[in-house]
Amino acid sequence: MKITSRTVSLSRRIAAIVVASALIGTALAGCASTSSGTPAGSTDVAAALKKGGTITYWSWTPSAEAQVAAFEKAYPKVHVKLVNAGTNTTEYTKLQNAIKAGSGAPDVAQVEYYAIPQFALSKSLVDLTAYGFDSLKSAYTPGPWSSVNVGGGLYGLPQDSGPMALFYNKTVFDKYGLTVPTTWDEYIADAKKLHAANPEAYITSDSGDSGFTTSMIWQAGGRPFTSNGSKVSINLQDEGSKKWASTWNELVDNKLLSPVPGWSDDWFKSLGNGNVASLITGAWMPGVLESSVKDGSGQWRVAPTPTYDGKPANSENGGGGQVVLKQSKNPALAAGFLKWLNNSPGSIKVFLASGGFPSTTSELNSEAFLADAPDYFGGQKINEVLVQGAKDVSTGWSYLPYQVYANSIYGDTVGQSYVSAGDLNAGLSAWQKSLADYGNQQGFTVTTK
Amino acid sequence: MTSTSIVRLAQRATPARRNRRDWRGWAFVAPFMLVFLAMIIAPVVYAIGLSLFREQLFGGTVFVGLNNYLAVFQDAKFWQALGRVTLFLVVQVPIMLALSLTAALALDSARLHGAAFFRIAIFLPYAVPGVVAALIWGFIYGDQFGLTAGINDLLGAHVLEPFSAQAILGSIGNIVTWEFMGYNMLIFYAALRVVPSDIYEAAEIDGAGAMRTVFSIKIPALRGAIVIATIFSIIGSFQLFNEPNLLKILSPNVITSYFTPNMYAYNLSFAGQQFNYAATVAIVMGVITAVIAYVVQLRGSRQESI
Repeated sequence: MKITSRTVSLSRRIAAIVVASALIGTALAGCASTSSGTPAGSTDVAAALKKGGTITYWSWTPSAEAQVAAFEKAYPKVHVKLVNAGTNTTEYTKLQNAIKAGSGAPDVAQVEYYAIPQFALSKSLVDLTAYGFDSLKSAYTPGPWSSVNVGGGLYGLPQDSGPMALFYNKTVFDKYGLTVPTTWDEYIADAKKLHAANPEAYITSDSGDSGFTTSMIWQAGGRPFTSNGSKVSINLQDEGSKKWASTWNELVDNKLLSPVPGWSDDWFKSLGNGNVASLITGAWMPGVLESSVKDGSGQWRVAPTPTYDGKPANSENGGGGQVVLKQSKNPALAAGFLKWLNNSPGSIKVFLASGGFPSTTSELNSEAFLADAPDYFGGQKINEVLVQGAKDVSTGWSYLPYQVYANSIYGDTVGQSYVSAGDLNAGLSAWQKSLADYGNQQGFTVTTK
Repeated sequence: MTSTSIVRLAQRATPARRNRRDWRGWAFVAPFMLVFLAMIIAPVVYAIGLSLFREQLFGGTVFVGLNNYLAVFQDAKFWQALGRVTLFLVVQVPIMLALSLTAALALDSARLHGAAFFRIAIFLPYAVPGVVAALIWGFIYGDQFGLTAGINDLLGAHVLEPFSAQAILGSIGNIVTWEFMGYNMLIFYAALRVVPSDIYEAAEIDGAGAMRTVFSIKIPALRGAIVIATIFSIIGSFQLFNEPNLLKILSPNVITSYFTPNMYAYNLSFAGQQFNYAATVAIVMGVITAVIAYVVQLRGSRQESI
């Protein structure tokens, strides 16, 4: 409690410093704008890499260190300062503060797909079409590629992707005679059967997670968020949103979901001891299971995400790419590093070795990748399932231009429906109202239905 | 209070040399004043300045006068947060101070074996950083695999649910009591040590027993210390942040983003970029805390003078 007063006054102090440096930043920008011309073409990138220099890269991916080392080996004149500025929202907060301050942002930063529109719309990111990167489109799967394209600009290159899949514990499924579900109705039936047979066991854990909710709405065909510049439209009661909410209500209202919050110690233990029998999550999950749920080795399997009508339909969950910040003093060099990082076989090899799930079509379709049969999954060729999942991802999804904030108030609204075992539709409506109020306060023109 | 009494002392001391202004004193306080101005006054002035504007993602910054203040007074989330910490204050602070007082009296009674050990043992939680304390208790409260799960297994039912909506405030209160009981005990214990021993001797000669000594000598002697500890605890309760903010990971829905006023201000500025409104919330909260602390001090010192 004592620390708090310090935290609050510290934040005020930071705010003061922020303003001071913003003034200096604008002054510097004023000088710079006259000297530097408009960056153009991929020749700039090649020249910058040849000339060398120093750039800063913010990332929390486990492969970042090895990738930077490999890059510096390939381009000895370039020095990359790697900084781990915290995981997801922690990093975004720091990034947002540095942008507001006008200085202190890195040249290249890791940003998840859901947060890219927020930074792109505030004009903080370099549009990479200036370097001809739009020609790289065919190298990536459609879902991640559309996530780095915002309002006609290209604001990053995809790194990983997270097509959803059903990860299930085969030992538990066999023990209780559950069939691997292909539809959500079957999934709910499994949930009831399992919990009736063992009150300690649940089909899955979900105590309310904004990323999961948006992915599920996406999969159900919902497109609740659309935006065009400052015009935002929110409809969290569109057909797809309602479809998901009504289905998931069955699990929430009958208390068929493990209340253990995701990513807690309890959660990892539940995944290992069979109390949580399945997960619907992104294709990056195998690496997490292998490293953090050692008890589950040999028991887990992967199946396509269940659907509403049995026909394949999928969405993305998580994943992200790297962006070049407008504050960068050497954007051409930063772009060169970015292109190497997410588009060169050498870098992607390092990324794959760390257990990542790529977004590049050549890696996803390579024989070696598809033939991978990890012991953890009982020798199942899991990448065949996951890659098919990537192909089934439906298009046209977009996040809000203030999705980071939206996720931060998810627990206040939809989360309350989980606590009270109430109607998720009511929670979604409350979320929509808060999001519309915030958007209007921030100068957007928000229309809701 | 202390600064005004210093001023009064200074006024009393100067009349003889009133005509000659001597600035040499300022040179001695200058190092302090510089830091004080830069670190205390400037941020407060800056925050007040911030609270008069509204910055938008689209549309830039506009001067809005006192609109942010009007918005705070109509903000149900803010009042809900304030209500919650007030409830916390009314229940937790008396329990904690009563425990601290009992511990201090026990240590001072000289009837306790290993008093030095108990003194340090009770104080030790205060030396544990608040963040670490919240994490430790997070493990203990885990009702799947933590100590709580063990107790529940023993009882054969889900009796304890520290993270449920009904219990969460009590769970946080328990952590805070554990953390700060020793700190308050030390304040009381220090105050008890300065009671002159001849008073006790006189009481003994008058035939006062141990309990009579406690209620007629020790507790009256502690009045000043109790007022101070109460003020510290009020400020601490209103500033509640670390414990709920860390437990939010384990209980994301029950602990909302506006669970306490400080969490609300924090999330407004760092998740929502509403720096102006967050500054307003911080200032309103600061004024409310100062007023209540001042009222408690006034009441406390009035009773003292009676």
